Amino acid sequence: MTSDDIIDEITNREYEFGFTTNIESDKAPAGLNEDIIRLISAKKNEPEWLLQWRLEAFAIWQKMTEPNWAHVSYVKPDFQAISYYAAPKKKAKLNSLDELDPELRKTMDKLGISLEEQKRLHGVAVDFVMDSVSVATSFKEKLGELGIIFCSMSEAIQEHPDLVKKYLGTVVPRTDNFYAALNSAVFTDGSFCYIPKGVKCPMELSTYFRINEGGTGQFERTLVVADEESYVSYLEGCTAPQRDENQLHAAVVELISMRDAEIKYSTVQNWYPGDKEGKGGVFNFVTKRGLCDGDRSKISWTQVETGSAITWKYPSCILKGDHSVGEFYSVAVTNNMQQADTGTKMLHIGRNTKSTIISKGISAGNSQNSYRGLVHINKSAQNARNFSQCDSLLMSDTCGAHTFPYIEIKNKTAKVEHEATTSKIGEDQIFYCLQRGLDEEQAISMIVNGYAKEVLNKLPMEFAVEAQKLLAISLEGSVG
Amino acid sequence: MLTIKNLEASIEGKQILKGLNLEIKPGEVHAIMGPNGSGKSTLASVLAGREDYEVTGGSVTFNDQDLLEMPAEERAREGLFLAFQYPVEIPGVSNMNFLKAAVGEIRKHKGLEPLSAKDFLKLVKEKSALVELDGQLANRAVNEGFSGGEKKRNEIFQMAMLEPSLAILDETDSGLDIDALRIVSEGVNALRSPERSFVVITHYQRLLDYIVPDFVHVLYKGKIVKSGTKELALELEERGYDWIKEETAQAGA
Repeated sequence: MTSDDIIDEITNREYEFGFTTNIESDKAPAGLNEDIIRLISAKKNEPEWLLQWRLEAFAIWQKMTEPNWAHVSYVKPDFQAISYYAAPKKKAKLNSLDELDPELRKTMDKLGISLEEQKRLHGVAVDFVMDSVSVATSFKEKLGELGIIFCSMSEAIQEHPDLVKKYLGTVVPRTDNFYAALNSAVFTDGSFCYIPKGVKCPMELSTYFRINEGGTGQFERTLVVADEESYVSYLEGCTAPQRDENQLHAAVVELISMRDAEIKYSTVQNWYPGDKEGKGGVFNFVTKRGLCDGDRSKISWTQVETGSAITWKYPSCILKGDHSVGEFYSVAVTNNMQQADTGTKMLHIGRNTKSTIISKGISAGNSQNSYRGLVHINKSAQNARNFSQCDSLLMSDTCGAHTFPYIEIKNKTAKVEHEATTSKIGEDQIFYCLQRGLDEEQAISMIVNGYAKEVLNKLPMEFAVEAQKLLAISLEGSVG
Repeated sequence: MLTIKNLEASIEGKQILKGLNLEIKPGEVHAIMGPNGSGKSTLASVLAGREDYEVTGGSVTFNDQDLLEMPAEERAREGLFLAFQYPVEIPGVSNMNFLKAAVGEIRKHKGLEPLSAKDFLKLVKEKSALVELDGQLANRAVNEGFSGGEKKRNEIFQMAMLEPSLAILDETDSGLDIDALRIVSEGVNALRSPERSFVVITHYQRLLDYIVPDFVHVLYKGKIVKSGTKELALELEERGYDWIKEETAQAGA
């Protein structure tokens, strides 16, 4: 096969998860104003303080302008053309998964995430979010016995308002950035998780997000609180159906890890990236931040990003507690016309804080893939340590890989290491594989998965398998 | 087994092979020697199907099939193995997984069931012992951080695992100390059989003390200009290539 054939093949490949579920939606009219926010809040039967919180966020947002510093270019979304609320009409509470809308079940089956299978094989509690409203939450009882709260954000607001009120917006304040402010004003649902003191969550907590309603903005809000000496591993995975118009996704994820607690947050993201000309596709403008509040606390972010037309995402750690640890492991794949500007921020405040950054970018087609990372060592951060490794793998002559590392050190005792490499996938490597009887797709899959292994190894088992397949699918035949 | 007729090949417009002929029968070991730049490695690459090289003339028949029509992976599955002069590193891919995939593809091609994990491990144990390859190397990433000698031994180990009908050894002796040379050669000798043929490309007669060839050919300016038995290698060792070059020049004039 010549490289032209291969480029043809990859660029003509249809998005595998491009299907639409036909479920009637209860949808708000397009546009954003105080009335819409009041409607959202009323629909969700929210307490007054939250409505006020949203309205304040809206006021803040109106004074802000969209950020322009990321290494991406796109047509800015028209915020008045988006509908800010859509909920599946059937909202009756389910006693078992069998009561689920058959259409929804079909969607989940196509995604390969049937809840029964998840339950049986992996012992994973799945909180399935479709168009902003959670439709099924499993394993709740088992978690309940341990005092673990794992539910949709809407439910948490009803059932655990004190916890939500105490922590919401404490890590990502409404004033943080344009999209965080927007999210705070209009978020419709998301996940809430609280692990009580001393409890090690016995299973991976998993949420599958999915954008379904055409033209609907998706504004998820996730809050994970790990109380002292607790542990939780949280999985988030996404796929979206094919759409012609751009879909905006502006989520906010906040993590709080207290004294001696650990949160492991893993993401596999495969949203529709747009067609080969870059038309359509999801805009993924996410604010993810974790606070290592207590001494010896730990937060670990692992992400495998293969989707979205534009990704703008920096899962970060504020290392406030002494001896606290922040980690960021990332594989970001871009193909065709995709653009990704992703990385992390490690803010060292406490003494003896430690952070590790491993970023593996893979660029193919005409895509642009940027790593942007900040390591900030505060004056107070005695003996802080950071190790950063940013590698880029190029699959074609027409793609771009960029690295923007920022290092700010205010304390002389800091030790900061930064390594960066850029390489092109080796024809020698591919030929070596071919000569041993592997075909080109196997060869690329093997080489790419080997390249990303340090990150994939950090994923929980069931996610690692999915992620490996995703890498292979995203890059099949993309060497040019 | 392998019939090469008037093979011509070029890279980036420069002609390297200029009408090469070679006939290899099952079980034979052919050594190919020659001065630098004569086309030895090009021959290996062309036979293995490297796309950088363009075949501009001639034919190659391998087990009654047109070898040049087959893509590289097909040639490998049909039983052609190349031990690389510079084995390639594939970071993050364990030698075991790599071999498991390769063995799987070749077995599939032959219509055989995949090996069970147990049988595969047994095979690994048996074959790695042939080249005294430490069990740990099998679990490390393909050639990553291997010494020169380990890389070459790994090539022979892979050959033993894949059981080709034709193995081409491209300067497998280069960069080997005397112990490694012995180990590699013993590994190769253990794999000699009436069905399996070898093409041994080398600069030095030394290797041929260990792997005793049935035939020795001298490749010069893209052609085989002299063929003989193992005594020819000894003569080359003693006299160098100048006399061959002169003979060729005279024959050409």
